[in-house]
Amino acid sequence: MDTNNLIINLQDISFGYPGSPPVLDKLSLKFFRYDRIGLMGPNGSGKTTLFHIIMGLLKHTSGSMEIFGKPVTKEKEFDEVRRKIGLLFQDADDQLFSPTVLEDVAFGPLNLGMSRDEAVDIAKRTLESLDLAGFEDRVTYKLSGGEKRLVSLATILAMEPEILLLDEPTAGLDDKTKARLISILSNLDLSFILISHEIDFLFEITDSIYTMENKRIVSDKEAHLHQHIHSHPHGLYTHKHK
Amino acid sequence: MMIEEISGSDSFIYHLDPRIKIIIAFLFSAMVAVSNRFVVLIAALAVGIIILFSAGIQIKEVFKRLIPVNTLLIFLWLFLPFTFAGEHLFSIGSLTGTREGVLLAFRITIKSNAIMLMLIALTASTPIFTIGHAMHQLGMPKKLVQLFFFTYRYLHVIYKEYARLVNSMKIRGFKPKTDLHTYKSYAHLVGMLLVRGFDRSQRVHNAMICRGFRGKLYSLSSFSISRADVIAFILMAGFILMLGILEWTQTT
Repeated sequence: MDTNNLIINLQDISFGYPGSPPVLDKLSLKFFRYDRIGLMGPNGSGKTTLFHIIMGLLKHTSGSMEIFGKPVTKEKEFDEVRRKIGLLFQDADDQLFSPTVLEDVAFGPLNLGMSRDEAVDIAKRTLESLDLAGFEDRVTYKLSGGEKRLVSLATILAMEPEILLLDEPTAGLDDKTKARLISILSNLDLSFILISHEIDFLFEITDSIYTMENKRIVSDKEAHLHQHIHSHPHGLYTHKHK
Repeated sequence: MMIEEISGSDSFIYHLDPRIKIIIAFLFSAMVAVSNRFVVLIAALAVGIIILFSAGIQIKEVFKRLIPVNTLLIFLWLFLPFTFAGEHLFSIGSLTGTREGVLLAFRITIKSNAIMLMLIALTASTPIFTIGHAMHQLGMPKKLVQLFFFTYRYLHVIYKEYARLVNSMKIRGFKPKTDLHTYKSYAHLVGMLLVRGFDRSQRVHNAMICRGFRGKLYSLSSFSISRADVIAFILMAGFILMLGILEWTQTT
């Protein structure tokens, strides 16, 4: 792949909280445009930390980081990163802080310097594209878990990012909302890195799956499909295997 | 939930400009607070009741919201008649109740209830966020308004967190008693809420930074004054002025 499309280039990134063993140790990652990567790993293996380092919310202790071909270290340099990369937080309650849905979705565009009308316009269009038309005046804390998740996604998409970092977007969602999220994500013309514990979900919408092991990322380019034979205590209920 | 607009959305008051409502409620409260004549106070109370009814609020809900202020007033009634110097009115044992004391307690009761009714009419007929935006438009500092929004938004989240913690205590057999274990457990509960609240605030801040937040917040709402607003304002301002004239011209 050509270097023009190299969007995120992490080299030997280490990070640790003071007084505890490092969370990331010499982690390297190359992320190209049009990549759709799934990221798996046990709890506490540093997946979320990695996202926060990319967004500049946490500062890595050593290593080099280039995003969109430019090294980023200073707070100011992350402005562009945050404009072009959208991070979906694990907990939608963290993301939705405005009184109403419309205000929350318009928050990002307004920060980017759009006028009020433009921001409202793009917020409405984004909501519509996610089948959330009519949600504009809903109060954010009164939404259901699934609705909160989709609105959170809208708040990020409204900023028209080039890349999404999705931190366990399916956590706590029912099958119906999950299916909706899958269809939204696979129809988006965006590259993304997706953290999830659900292998089925990752198979469905990503091209490659990486795992976090020993504080680093292990790429598993060819995901091997294999068969399981197992008994079902709940075999009565219809379900799907990938 | 805890705070909610309860008015029918088709009432006349619901559609008034929130800024007008805030100004009127403020002027009304100030006037009632400084008034002393019973005629004035009772007129104010009556208007409070009329406005409340025209907002289409359920009586049960109104009483529920009047409970806290009136609980406080019970204590005034317990103490004021006996601690205020004046003409002897009645006595219970060795305690003497004075006429002035009773009248004062009466005054305070009417005042508080009249003001409360007005404020209930305001909050019950206006979505809480509209009140916030209206306060901003009236020149309230932006930071205070945002603080108001954040408080309201996360009160719910923190309350849910609190309920979760209390439940987890309950299912492990916790029963509050008057002992050190109870105090300690409650201290842990409060401490946990504080720590979690702090963590939450950092995560929210991070999420805001990721969406390009640089310390500036924007408001999307705009209000416009209609003819009904002007009429309501003139009517109410006239009434409040009348209360003032009544209070200060004729001395008894």
